[in-house]
Amino acid sequence: MSRPPKRPAGEKPQIVRDGPDLTGPELADRLDATWARPRGLIGWLATVDHKEIGIRYIVTALAFLALGGLMALHMRLQLMFPDSQWLGAGAFNETFTMHGTTMMFLFAVPVMQGVQIYLTPIMVGTRAMAFPRLTAFSYYMYLFGGLFLWTAHFLHFGPDNGWFSYVPLAGPQYGIGKRADVWAQTVTFTEIAGLAVAVTLVVTILKQRAPGMTLARMPIFVWATLVTSLMVIFSMPSVALVSGMLLSDRLVGTQFFNPVEHGDPLLWQHLFWFFGHPEVYIIFLPATGFVSEIVSTFSRRAIFGYPVVVLSLVSTGILAFGLWVHHMFATGLPRVGYSFYTAASMAVSIPTGLQIFCWIATIWEGRPRLQVPMLYVIGFIITFVIGGLSGVIIAAVPLDLQLHDTYFIVAHFHYVLIGGAVFPLLGAITYWYPKFTGRMMSERLGRIGFWTIFLGFQLAFFPMHFAGLMGMPRRVYTYPAGMGLELPNMLSSIGSAVVAVAVLMFVVNMLASLRAGVAAGPDPWDAPSLEWAVASPPPHYNFAHIPAVESRTPLWEAKDGLPVVHGLRVDERELILTSVISAAPDLREPSAVPSIWPFISAVAVAVTFICSVFSPWALLFGLIPAGAALIAWFWPKTPGPSPEPQIT
Amino acid sequence: MSGQIHFTEDLSALPDHAFSYRSLTWWGVIGFMVIEGTGFGLAIAAYFVLMSHELHWAPPPLDPPGLVAGTLFTLVMLLSEIPNTMIKRAANESDLPAVRRLMIVMVGIGAVLLVIRGFEFNSLHVLWYSNAYGSIIWALLLLHTTHVGTDWVDTVVLAALMHTEHGETPRRFVDTDENALYWRFVWLCWIPIYLLIYWVPRMFR
Amino acid sequence: MRWRRLWVALLLLPSLGGCSGIQTSLGGDGADGASFIRLFTIFLVVCGIMYLLVVAALAVAIGRRRDGGRRALTVDNGSHHESSPLVRSALVGWGALIAVGLIALTIASFFTDRSAAARARHSSFAVKIIANQWWWDVIYTTPDSSKIVHTANELHLPVGVEAEVELQSNDVIHSFWVPNLAGKQDLIPGRTTDIQLLPTRTGLYRAQCAEFCGTQHANMALVVTVESKADFLNWIAQQRRPAFAPASPLELAGYRYVTTRECSSCHNITGTPAGGQIGPDLTHLASRRTLAAGTLPMNRGNLYGWVADPQSQKPGSQMPTIGLAPNDLHAVVAYLERLK
Repeated sequence: MSRPPKRPAGEKPQIVRDGPDLTGPELADRLDATWARPRGLIGWLATVDHKEIGIRYIVTALAFLALGGLMALHMRLQLMFPDSQWLGAGAFNETFTMHGTTMMFLFAVPVMQGVQIYLTPIMVGTRAMAFPRLTAFSYYMYLFGGLFLWTAHFLHFGPDNGWFSYVPLAGPQYGIGKRADVWAQTVTFTEIAGLAVAVTLVVTILKQRAPGMTLARMPIFVWATLVTSLMVIFSMPSVALVSGMLLSDRLVGTQFFNPVEHGDPLLWQHLFWFFGHPEVYIIFLPATGFVSEIVSTFSRRAIFGYPVVVLSLVSTGILAFGLWVHHMFATGLPRVGYSFYTAASMAVSIPTGLQIFCWIATIWEGRPRLQVPMLYVIGFIITFVIGGLSGVIIAAVPLDLQLHDTYFIVAHFHYVLIGGAVFPLLGAITYWYPKFTGRMMSERLGRIGFWTIFLGFQLAFFPMHFAGLMGMPRRVYTYPAGMGLELPNMLSSIGSAVVAVAVLMFVVNMLASLRAGVAAGPDPWDAPSLEWAVASPPPHYNFAHIPAVESRTPLWEAKDGLPVVHGLRVDERELILTSVISAAPDLREPSAVPSIWPFISAVAVAVTFICSVFSPWALLFGLIPAGAALIAWFWPKTPGPSPEPQIT
Repeated sequence: MSGQIHFTEDLSALPDHAFSYRSLTWWGVIGFMVIEGTGFGLAIAAYFVLMSHELHWAPPPLDPPGLVAGTLFTLVMLLSEIPNTMIKRAANESDLPAVRRLMIVMVGIGAVLLVIRGFEFNSLHVLWYSNAYGSIIWALLLLHTTHVGTDWVDTVVLAALMHTEHGETPRRFVDTDENALYWRFVWLCWIPIYLLIYWVPRMFR
Repeated sequence: MRWRRLWVALLLLPSLGGCSGIQTSLGGDGADGASFIRLFTIFLVVCGIMYLLVVAALAVAIGRRRDGGRRALTVDNGSHHESSPLVRSALVGWGALIAVGLIALTIASFFTDRSAAARARHSSFAVKIIANQWWWDVIYTTPDSSKIVHTANELHLPVGVEAEVELQSNDVIHSFWVPNLAGKQDLIPGRTTDIQLLPTRTGLYRAQCAEFCGTQHANMALVVTVESKADFLNWIAQQRRPAFAPASPLELAGYRYVTTRECSSCHNITGTPAGGQIGPDLTHLASRRTLAAGTLPMNRGNLYGWVADPQSQKPGSQMPTIGLAPNDLHAVVAYLERLK
């Protein structure tokens, strides 16, 4: 969409490159012209700028967080008193299903991917993601999937069988209506989006790092992104396959899960949890990446034990694939087999334990500044470790057989997900907010918000350990009086209200600081990594000159000027590809210009998927417009008058 | 960029396209191969889970799928690697006329394969809704058919592209090379699936 | 023994609001339940120590003085990539400590598992439980088919005797869980699972379905009565008798309604023409403590409410609201109360 300027006929086109002859404001202007996108609605829909797309991911994910949180408040209101009939059984079952599905599929993974999309290119020193249009397409698929789920919920045919949708309950015989189909197809949307982003991130990290940024010099967050994205690639196909099998059982009569026709209900659980267990590490590992970056900056030193931290990330990522049966300890599979999964579930805590040591050691050897991002790191350590240890408890089969499917489990996973992912996320948003917006968030409001959510969280979720031990199962819309469950439930409900207030405070801080926050330069925290070398917010092209990297903390070594390479074209979108391990410069690669086809393709695919919930023929007919849109996307446009190739 | 900078290397002489692991889209294709391969692997695992519930496979009174269509498909598919390798070499050597000719051949082969595939579905001797055995072998065959189908459409579009003036752009040879790479993945995936659909149900009766 | 009671009391402290302990993992009223408390305590102690170590280290890391020989290694003095050998050794030590701790816990867990398995080989009698949406079919099987006992939503067990409970499901996945006695086990359609229960204390306990099974999952409970062997044999003998015949005109009218109208198409009452196999067995309904799988206590008012309009008591349950005429309702309830 950005065409090079017309030249008089016969004149040989000049190739303008950046370098000592073209730098500073003049270079910035020309790069702006090349990398900007058209104004207006079409331009907005056609953007391929990873920073815009990343912000959209984050904002959309926070909106889904609010919706999922509302579901939680409904549940806590209902469970505040025993034998309550405020929210009936059917409505409650829809509520906890929407809560789990929204939080897991529409908030937790997308928000992490959104931050990864924003930060990865500027952390590795490049100008764009590897496949910018695919990234745009992923966002639209994610958005449409979420809208589909919530529209169905508001129209009273949303799912009501839990975020895990076990069969035969969700199957054709007992899953009446379209609810389970809505759930399964939502998963299809979000998994396509997640997988596409994961591939893009892996390729960006492997091939587009700044010259000199060897694998051993990458920021820890980039390592976390690489490991998580590889985990996505190996785990999401499982849930895509199994939700497809469910849709197939329900819509065209296959018998995958029907025991009468030799199908197997446990096949569902195996395939679902083969995805479901890595999924929680897909949510957790980026958060550990946040923690490493924040701890490093706020302790004013490089992270202690970089190789240990990297190996921990990699080994956690691998081990996570060997644990899934610990969700199935009560299903009556052979006990001998269970011992393997107990051992693996215990073992996976070793790398995380080592990471925790490295963070504490970094603080120990550095000089910590207790600003809001660091407060969230401290809150994370105090909270997450409780969740990790309750995880060690339920890794033991005899203990899990009592605690499985009780509120003890609910306490465990909220401790690791909120303590282990949301707290670092809030710290990360506070930390990178100046980079995204050019302003600082309010430190004072941030402190109040931190203490409110930290204490509110403990009040809401600690009592759940007791409720579980005292016999309260999960997914129950009410409980009888006289079992001692009144007090823990009341405390949890009060705590959840406090958490809601804290989240509101955080959002208010985000919005108010947009206008009233202290203006921030490129590097308000005096941080070491490359993203702090560009303006806040960064220009469309990120770096005027691609940097060259000589250490793990490039900005801390660059006191006499950041080293940069030069020679890239200025009037075409261009970036550098480097070799995978040692990041030696290899190619000049054109980068995609804005295009409306990702949006149109996403609309065509979304319509196909949504209609196929109601009739399988939609899949066949929908292939035609979707296929046409995809062909139009990949069909190269007539190249403009330029001697070197572009992606148009 | 803010703050001081100092210039190091001049990269203007670097090339702007390359083949294989030096190409960005090559990595993208590998990424999608891993995703689809994982999906196949899991479907194959599901096959074995369902098989473990049966004493006999194919479960009586069903006959295993007929061998003719499936074996014919396999032969044509394996033979198609010959023009496929020729295309890959032609693309690497930027030989546009050869690429244009061979793309037509691949389009033809793909069409033939899709027709044979139709006969395969017809000779499975079980319907997808009869029982879990029927469901899983239909699922495996359908997943692979999606592969063949989407790669065929890719090949048609690329063939058309190479016959326009875009064919002269060097990057299009990289696309052609990667399309040939993906075709190898399509027939490599077929081999275990062929065995699972046509031969394993004959071994456990 | 006493220290365990104290520990349990401490754990239960937060539940000051009237805990009756009939459905709690901390009851320890069965062999498995007791071993759970032992193992849980071991885990809690080890994990608690590790947690305190982490938090203490964090506190010191933040608060320690950084002067003189203990200078900070930061970018301000150019030492941001250095680290002290002491800290590096501590990393190895910490890793070793975690590994040792986890191995110890895994071994403890393994031994608990093995002793449970060893106990399981000595079960003396068998019960079968078939789960349905949303009630429990409980069958005391014997080789002599005339002595099979069918009841619903209640389980009687003799104390000190190991029971082998076979578990099946008629529809979706459920989970049988009586926390005071043992852990839970799923009931999965198309397969049979099992659980061994060895109650060590008499009393009344409550079990509840612990796998989400649809709309009324929350209202799928079961009363477990653990009693002396003599009491248990009395109960079984009484359950083996056919239903009591109606003793008054009102009960007779109810008997006629129940055995000839809608009720008999789903329910079985042994010794009468009512032989439906879809719903719970009603032969000795009035001897049970609850109605509708623990949803309502058994009393006359609830019988009226349940029979008249089950959908208002347990929306979505499989028993339809028929809309009985008032006379029929009186008669049916009177007859049902006769079924002791």
